[in-house]
Amino acid sequence: MSETDIENPARRDFLYIATGMAGVVGAGAVAWPFIDQMRPDASTRALSSVEVDVAALEPGMSLTVKWRGKPVFVRNRTEQEIEAARAVKLEELKDPVARNANIASDAPANDIDRSAGEGKENWLVMVGVCTHLGCIPLGQQGDFGGWFCPCHGSHYDTAGRIRKGPAPENMTVPVFEFISDTKIRIG
Amino acid sequence: MSEGHSTYTPTTGLGRWFDARMPLPRLVYDSFIAYPVPRNLNYMWTFGGILSIMLVSQIVTGIVLAMHYASDTGIAFSSVEKIMRDVNSGWLLRYMHANGASFFFIAVYLHIMRGLYYGSYKAPRELLWILGCIIYLLMMATGFMGYVLPWGQMSFWGATVITGFFTAIPVVGNWIQELLLGGFAVDNPTLNRFFALHYLLPFMIAGVVVLHVWALHVTGQNNPTGIEVKSKTDTVAFTPYATIKDALGMIVFLIFFAYFIFYMPNYLGHPDNYIQADPLKTPAHIVPEWYFLPFYAILRAITFNIGPIDSKLGGVLAMFGAIAVLFVVPWLDTSKVRSAVYRPWYRLFFWIFLVDCIFLGWLGSRPAEGSYVIMAQIATLYYFAFFIVIMPVLGLIETPRRLPNSITEAVLEKNKAGGAVHPEGAAASPEIRG
Amino acid sequence: MKKILASLAAIGFVMAAGAAIAQDDEHSAAEPTHFPIHKPKQVEWSFAGPFGTYDKAQLQRGLKVYKEVCSACHSMDLVAFRTLEDLGYSEAQVKAFAAEYTIEDGPNDDGDMFERPGLPSDYFTPPFPNMQAAAASNGGAAPPDFSLIAKARGVERGFPTFIFDIFTQYAENGPDYIYSLLTGYDEEPPAGMEIAEGTHYNPYFIGGKSLAMAPPLSDDQVTYDDGAPQTVDQYARDVSAFLMWAAEPHLEDRKKTGFRVMVFLILFAGLMYATKRRVWANVPH
Repeated sequence: MSETDIENPARRDFLYIATGMAGVVGAGAVAWPFIDQMRPDASTRALSSVEVDVAALEPGMSLTVKWRGKPVFVRNRTEQEIEAARAVKLEELKDPVARNANIASDAPANDIDRSAGEGKENWLVMVGVCTHLGCIPLGQQGDFGGWFCPCHGSHYDTAGRIRKGPAPENMTVPVFEFISDTKIRIG
Repeated sequence: MSEGHSTYTPTTGLGRWFDARMPLPRLVYDSFIAYPVPRNLNYMWTFGGILSIMLVSQIVTGIVLAMHYASDTGIAFSSVEKIMRDVNSGWLLRYMHANGASFFFIAVYLHIMRGLYYGSYKAPRELLWILGCIIYLLMMATGFMGYVLPWGQMSFWGATVITGFFTAIPVVGNWIQELLLGGFAVDNPTLNRFFALHYLLPFMIAGVVVLHVWALHVTGQNNPTGIEVKSKTDTVAFTPYATIKDALGMIVFLIFFAYFIFYMPNYLGHPDNYIQADPLKTPAHIVPEWYFLPFYAILRAITFNIGPIDSKLGGVLAMFGAIAVLFVVPWLDTSKVRSAVYRPWYRLFFWIFLVDCIFLGWLGSRPAEGSYVIMAQIATLYYFAFFIVIMPVLGLIETPRRLPNSITEAVLEKNKAGGAVHPEGAAASPEIRG
Repeated sequence: MKKILASLAAIGFVMAAGAAIAQDDEHSAAEPTHFPIHKPKQVEWSFAGPFGTYDKAQLQRGLKVYKEVCSACHSMDLVAFRTLEDLGYSEAQVKAFAAEYTIEDGPNDDGDMFERPGLPSDYFTPPFPNMQAAAASNGGAAPPDFSLIAKARGVERGFPTFIFDIFTQYAENGPDYIYSLLTGYDEEPPAGMEIAEGTHYNPYFIGGKSLAMAPPLSDDQVTYDDGAPQTVDQYARDVSAFLMWAAEPHLEDRKKTGFRVMVFLILFAGLMYATKRRVWANVPH
């Protein structure tokens, strides 16, 4: 703190910059908890997986479970529905990507990749939220026998793929697995 | 805010465009950059800035806590615990808010004591002082209602006791209490309205703070000598001189604040508030938050009837009187000299008053029994005597020490006496050296 | 500064005098008026001090004591099974632990409530369906919930200890109290003291000279797998530590964050002080 420091502008500037930087770092660190608190809390995250018993679902029946505050459709599809979905060519689809969180993110939207996979083709598990603006589509309605969203008229086929209307993407297949023949864990 | 002396000259085209339409940059420049402050302000003058950041901190943490809090008697307690356990960084935000209230009061008490010591309330700063008293009142209301929200035992019984003050008022007392509570006892309606008001009042505080700063910038700061600014050499520019000093004061204050948040977060609270409110069971000792303790001691010190006033009403009147007397301090002090630095007798009584306040606070935390009551009565007597007797009388009979002619003279005199902290060679005016 | 020191000394003197006068109202040994009769014993806790951390093995033992002894009467409503991972258990162990509990859930599609095994997202189940049932089964006084008990109990430290506590960071009033209470049943009441029927003398109890809870712990009551001594003293230590964790699960996180914040603030204050000196260097003030 002697006279020589005052005469040395480089040292003075360094001090000012260091103090300023410390202030910026401090302000940034203080901001974090205020942003962090907005994320889902521990009790919410603890509910992020649910187990569903599907033993009672005959072909042609579906059930809806709440997962992370949203409906998840679990449908045991009939032979005709599977046939109808398989008959669709990829180029006819508005969104040719499977949107299945269990497989590669760029997998094509073939029926098998939308369903629960080999041997479980009849099972369709997807988040029942229209990819347009978040309404819940009605089951077994619309031009393609799949789902129809009444809000803005999006039509989905029997594999939950968007075929007509404003929605941009196929309905999402969440992470799930069969933990036994009759039990699915979602999430 | 100091109209007429603006030295702001916008240098850019955008700056001129703005200045012609809404001179906000000019206002900021005049109030927080070029604004002249006495050069001899000590660190007691940093508490204004410290209080501003405490207010901002309380508002910001409060808004965030309100995102998770539920003001329903059934779930209020567990919603606070959810914040403490499950919300990300929730424990930090809540401890910041709870301890922030205490540190807000620590800062405001130091700010008030500084005002009393250096005579900052005297003409022409009476309005500035009164606005400060209003802020203090609003802070007390906010602090009290905030303490009710966690819905612990002390929340509930504190609310019961404090709203019970109003029943001391003759005739309409019970009616007023029911009006405040929205029922016959503290319950869901009470909690809901306290939450709404606890959210509102800080913004009213912020509004009065704007008036407080406005009034300050009209009269200018008082200073340790109590002598008005007379020439340009008496002052320095707010930025960088006062800003950097305020910043240092704030950081040092934050060190103490952080120490409590992280290492002693429950030291200033009461264990009973971790027990959910039970309307059928009163805790053994009901004590308010520490910052109300001196007033609580005054309330309980009146154990006797005064003529037609029974002890209950007397206690409530004494307690409110203890706050109300602050409003008239500018007219109680008859001395022509502002600063206690030049008033040896006032200085003595001031320090006794400070000790008396702390002593009252300690007595407030003791059970009201035996010798504690007598001690509280003596301390209460001194509290009022300081304002009502000592201040007016002392001003008339005390011989103050010789005052320096100006702030500059006082500074140079002090530096000469205090050794070569600043060599004479460097003692040029700040304008020359930049 | 001299003034401040002088005034602090004056405060100390006045308060000490006050305390001395107050001592004159000293209660007789047989009919005490202030509780607890004894100050809590002070235990060395691993979580005390600025770098304190929980001893996970101790918390696990404490959980065992809580589960096998305390939980027969005391609920712990606010603690979720998932948080037991903090005690060093794996996800699978927590799942298995939770599954030992039966949770009432529902209604199902038929509108009926049903019972299912607990999940990690569930909370400890209370021993009694409601407060009234708890009170009725315990002679009129419901046993307190244990979620926050370690922060909800604390014996006043008194002047001047409470000032020193700021510097020593003493914040273990709760666990000290619990430990003292649990190990405080041995003493005989002083001659002439009346102990109400159905209550038990304990000079560490904060609410009176005796309490309704019978001595809950005895040697070898809970089997420890890790070789820790199976004594009342050890049980009391472990369960007190566990209850501190239950009340303040983020304590370690808090102290760790605190250290970083303090280091930063002190460095920042140093820089700011140098900057302030530099800015004011040419201005006598």
